[in-house]
Amino acid sequence: MGLENILFIVAFAAAVFLFSKNLKAIIRNINLGKDLDISDNKLERWKKMILVAIGQSKMVVKPVSGLMHIIVYAGFIIINIEVLEIIIDGIFGTHRVFAAPLGGLYDFLIGSFEILALLVLVACVVFFIRRNAMTIKRFKMKEMLGWPKTDANIILIVEVFLMGAFLKMNAADQVLQARGVEHYVVAGSYPVSQFLVPIMENFSSGYIIFLERATWWFHILGILTFLNYLPYSKHFHIMLAFPSVFYSKLKPRAEFDNMHSVKKEVEIMFDPDAAPAQSEGPVERFGAKDVADLNWKQLMDSYSCTECGRCSEQCPASQTGKLLSPRKIMMDTRDRLEEVGKGKDKNGKDFSDGKSLLGDYISEEELWACTTCNACVDACPIELNPLSIIMDMRRSLVMEESKIPSELAGMITNIENNGAPWQFSQTDRANWINEE
Amino acid sequence: MSSTLNVNTMAELMAKGEKPEVLFWVGCAGSFDDRAKKITRAFVKILNSVGVNFAILGTEESCTGDPAKRAGNEFLFQMQAMTNIQVMNAYEVKKIVTTCPHCFNTLKNEYPGLGGDYEVLHHSQFLQKLMEEGKLKIEGGEFKGKKISFHDPCYLGRGNGEYEAPRALLEQLDAELVELKRCKSKGLCCGAGGAQMFKEAEPGAKEVNIERMEDVVEASLNIVAVGCPFCMTMMTDGVKNKEKEETLKVYDLAELIAEGNGL
Repeated sequence: MGLENILFIVAFAAAVFLFSKNLKAIIRNINLGKDLDISDNKLERWKKMILVAIGQSKMVVKPVSGLMHIIVYAGFIIINIEVLEIIIDGIFGTHRVFAAPLGGLYDFLIGSFEILALLVLVACVVFFIRRNAMTIKRFKMKEMLGWPKTDANIILIVEVFLMGAFLKMNAADQVLQARGVEHYVVAGSYPVSQFLVPIMENFSSGYIIFLERATWWFHILGILTFLNYLPYSKHFHIMLAFPSVFYSKLKPRAEFDNMHSVKKEVEIMFDPDAAPAQSEGPVERFGAKDVADLNWKQLMDSYSCTECGRCSEQCPASQTGKLLSPRKIMMDTRDRLEEVGKGKDKNGKDFSDGKSLLGDYISEEELWACTTCNACVDACPIELNPLSIIMDMRRSLVMEESKIPSELAGMITNIENNGAPWQFSQTDRANWINEE
Repeated sequence: MSSTLNVNTMAELMAKGEKPEVLFWVGCAGSFDDRAKKITRAFVKILNSVGVNFAILGTEESCTGDPAKRAGNEFLFQMQAMTNIQVMNAYEVKKIVTTCPHCFNTLKNEYPGLGGDYEVLHHSQFLQKLMEEGKLKIEGGEFKGKKISFHDPCYLGRGNGEYEAPRALLEQLDAELVELKRCKSKGLCCGAGGAQMFKEAEPGAKEVNIERMEDVVEASLNIVAVGCPFCMTMMTDGVKNKEKEETLKVYDLAELIAEGNGL
């Protein structure tokens, strides 16, 4: 084991350690949310996850970006087999360790990786052009200015460089193989990188070995760095998209949950004998004012959101120039959750900064612009539910703070007084029979 | 055409020791909104013509609580729900039909958890069943040559996955049935859901119903069919805004069928 292997082991261990630390912080943040039991219908949930998350069934609603996304996604997963080989080679100082045991299959695999790498590279370039040179409205909305735009571009550029390094590494490798340089076993097929070979043919073997090593290191260090970039990026969806779909709502979209805390109180009103002898624990808050009032699924979804904006593109409020954008609801939830998490890390777990998601991040105007039409939920490729967050915050506004638009207050009074949202008497309900 | 409707209340039937096959949940709009009352009457004419044994709750019906729930007042929603469930369970209601997708969704999905388990159908589903059973024959002769589209209500379509029943009915008319640019799961909201019906829209560049009406105008229709009293209001306002009252009409599914059948 040489110095290079020791360096590799150190870099690899550091990357894994750092990533698991960040992952733990995110899990802790998600667990700041309220409990919610979603252990039902396991079989149906697996089916949905296989279809929607693994199968990408909702991505192809937009054929162009959907297909390109599938290429990048498949590329990501399949090329990881190559990364496994790189890790083993890195630790033990072997070279192309899978070549001998896999034989002909290895040639086929490397060939497929190369084609995928090229496709991923092209897709990322197209994605970059779409985001930066074209006018696609969902990428130009207000919440996408600044960091979210930079984040998206960083991801695309890094992927282009990683794929470029991978192909260049293979090009150097095959030149060394052809020259019979020691350590470079003859293996693999190179349908793409063979076109890079002419550039290198005049270089000395020593220099090509340097190039091969440099791109090898760039590729693996790039991947390890990228791994640690994920927790700060919208790109974290590559991990959480799967549980988000698995735990997504299976019931009809228009069905809203009946709040358990309210049910208990209403039951007591209807039957005073139902009142418990003594109160059970602290009084529950109605609705959500801050992230800790949301449930863990809603918080997890905020980390799963990759800010594609398909929700806001379909939202009737967003489309007609209202302040509401469902994507911003998800982004605000994550930003606030990160802020709360960092505050707790610094100042202990009872830390409070006096701020809240509702008010400091999301305004009443945004919440009251929602028509609850479910277009956002339907549009989301991974079944995230901004509507459930909007509704929980409306509940907090109305039931905790008595803040409600005056016309709606009138509607509520009418229902209370005469059982209809308008000022008509309940005794006139059947008058239509004899009218006309 | 003036006709006497044959409508019993649950209380009247109970007094006679009878029970209807289905409860017609009229809803607040269907009871009080002048335009929606026409939908109610049209639906009852169809029920009468087929001879469906139904009843209404009449003065015992009260708001399902949907707008209160969507406006964030869960307390009022559950109070309304519990009250309605007590009434319906006392009458041993098993099956409900309603012309309002909001009532439909609430009764079907949100009442079971509070003790109200019923088979609930939107009137498009109910009428489709009557048609499939051969009890309802839809005559659409007078719509010959007319271009019709169905505007999907969010709470029926995306909300409950029912896109086919309304279209199955409309296909029976001798009209040219076309789809709007945005339809079915991609259908654009009329702007009234989530208690928006009862408030001014938040500030923006455009009203949602105008955005939707532009899809309708683009399709150059004679008739836009709806299946929801709130959509009816929003679309009718949209037609007025675009000054298309002469050439573009808004009708509920039940009205088209009643009209076609000369009821």
